[in-house]
Amino acid sequence: MAASKISFKRRAQLTLRDMKRAIPLYIMIAPFMLLFFVFVVYPVLKAMWFSFTDYNVLEKANFVGLRNYQKLFLEDKTFITAIKNTFIIAVIVGPGGYIMSYLLAWMINELPHKVGTVLTVIFYAPSMAGAAVYSVFAMIFSNDSNGYLNAFLRNLGVNEAIKWLSDSKYVMVVVVLASLWMSMGVGFLSFVAGIKGVDEAQYEAGAIDGIRNRWQELWYITLPNMKPQLLFGAVMTITGSLSVGAVGDALVGFPSPNYATHTIVNHLNDYGSIRMEMGYASAIAVILFLVMILCNGLIQKLLRKVGT
Amino acid sequence: MEILKRLYYKRLKKKNSMKDFAPSVKKSKRSFWGNVILGLFLLAMAVAFFFPVLYMVSQSLKPMNEMFIFPPKIMVQNPTFDNYRDFVNVLANTMVPVTRSLFNSLFVVVIGSIGHILLASLCAYPLAKYKFPGSKFFNQIIVYSLMFNASVTAIPNFLTIAGLGMLDTQWAIIVPGLASTLGLYLMKNFMEQIPDSLMEAAQIDGAGYARIHFTIVMPVVKPALVTAFIMVFQAFWTNTGANFIYTESQKGFAYVVGQLASGKVAGVGASFVGISSASSVLMFAVPLVVFLIMQNNVVSTMATSGMKE
Repeated sequence: MAASKISFKRRAQLTLRDMKRAIPLYIMIAPFMLLFFVFVVYPVLKAMWFSFTDYNVLEKANFVGLRNYQKLFLEDKTFITAIKNTFIIAVIVGPGGYIMSYLLAWMINELPHKVGTVLTVIFYAPSMAGAAVYSVFAMIFSNDSNGYLNAFLRNLGVNEAIKWLSDSKYVMVVVVLASLWMSMGVGFLSFVAGIKGVDEAQYEAGAIDGIRNRWQELWYITLPNMKPQLLFGAVMTITGSLSVGAVGDALVGFPSPNYATHTIVNHLNDYGSIRMEMGYASAIAVILFLVMILCNGLIQKLLRKVGT
Repeated sequence: MEILKRLYYKRLKKKNSMKDFAPSVKKSKRSFWGNVILGLFLLAMAVAFFFPVLYMVSQSLKPMNEMFIFPPKIMVQNPTFDNYRDFVNVLANTMVPVTRSLFNSLFVVVIGSIGHILLASLCAYPLAKYKFPGSKFFNQIIVYSLMFNASVTAIPNFLTIAGLGMLDTQWAIIVPGLASTLGLYLMKNFMEQIPDSLMEAAQIDGAGYARIHFTIVMPVVKPALVTAFIMVFQAFWTNTGANFIYTESQKGFAYVVGQLASGKVAGVGASFVGISSASSVLMFAVPLVVFLIMQNNVVSTMATSGMKE
């Protein structure tokens, strides 16, 4: 490498020169970066430090080394269950929600503008309505024979009411379905906006080059042109699907029967907000953080292959 | 069916003939049956996704005796605005006038949303389009910051806010909200798509970075700005600030409504079920209206036409 041949002093000089040139750019990013470091980076670093202590909010934190991590993996059987459940949910809801968001956004773009806007709002609505949505799920999956799903099954000839919300065999299905329902979030919005931003002239050129139908158009023109949005959507999907927890809390209750839908975030909130073992909760957060970074790296590699 | 098909193509022709004055843009051929299947599929999905909202609205229109019917019915039988009337009555009798909490919320939402878009877009543009010492590092930590669970960072954040003397003021909600990286990351990703030649041309004409930002970058990424605005608006609107604000007159509308919805208001009794459903519809309606207005403005920006590299 040529760069390594340059002496350290020379490199420092070059960097300094680049920095001087970039002064207007530093000024532009400074206000946000200042707030970002104070309110985001510093608390994260602090929480990482907590993960090596026995901090319990009330007493002074004592350094305990890796004991929290040791306990998590060697003694806490519930945590292992939580990891397993989180991965089951993430593997289904992640790719499922991602592909569904993309396809729906793409279909919306095929429609006239006004209709498309209304449909965008409809698909995004469950994510916007927040907790009010859960009561609908609770009604559909109700345990008694009057729940909508059970009534439907009875008409098909299943006579026994299935306890969707309390039988540990079925609660997972309910949580996965409800999460998919709510997965049309910010990633979906960015897809809708991104598809509209694809240059029309490229479609024209594509039509001349022999692209025959919309499916070919999707694969050869739209997708490769949307890499930044695909990346954004992927990050949203990773963070969203690996932190599922609130849905289970609202529908199945906490703790879930037999820990059947207990996720990493449920475990974290249990220790962080209920038992106030902040050190232990921070260790869980750090592990979740590392898992997400790992997934992100893998998916970025995959996305680079789109359209090649 | 043939008639339908003919009508469809006739309409298409008419539409295209009107386009003759605009620069002609031809997409590849859309088949009739493809459109039908697409339409039906979207309709089915729309019904499934709209169902919760429909239920929410119908619930808020139910009179008291329908609220507790067993088994529950989705659609209201005798719609009434009683719940909304009760909701307004309760709000009219709160200790702090509701106009005060509405004003507090308005203050937070307006300053917070506009401030966030301004600061975050200013930060996103250099990070998206220029390489300078440290830019790679900043880009990386912004992505990673999205991945850390917020509940364990709450305590350090509380101490910072207390240390800055912002406790019990609206700034305790606004200032940390300004630093949300979600909107920044979204805008940055859209800005990466802007062709370099567009900015080089402006630079040759003597425009500085700030001028390029406001006259070229912001208009081109309008769809992203709109999306980010909706996100941040919703976040500020629903933020109750319960951990930071203790004085009644400093509390926002979301907090007041939250109290109503959980039945924590004296003298309301069982009617809180109705009030709560009316209030959740209202809380949902405000971002929805903003969303509709903003989203309707997201049309393909033709600014980059023919300039893609």
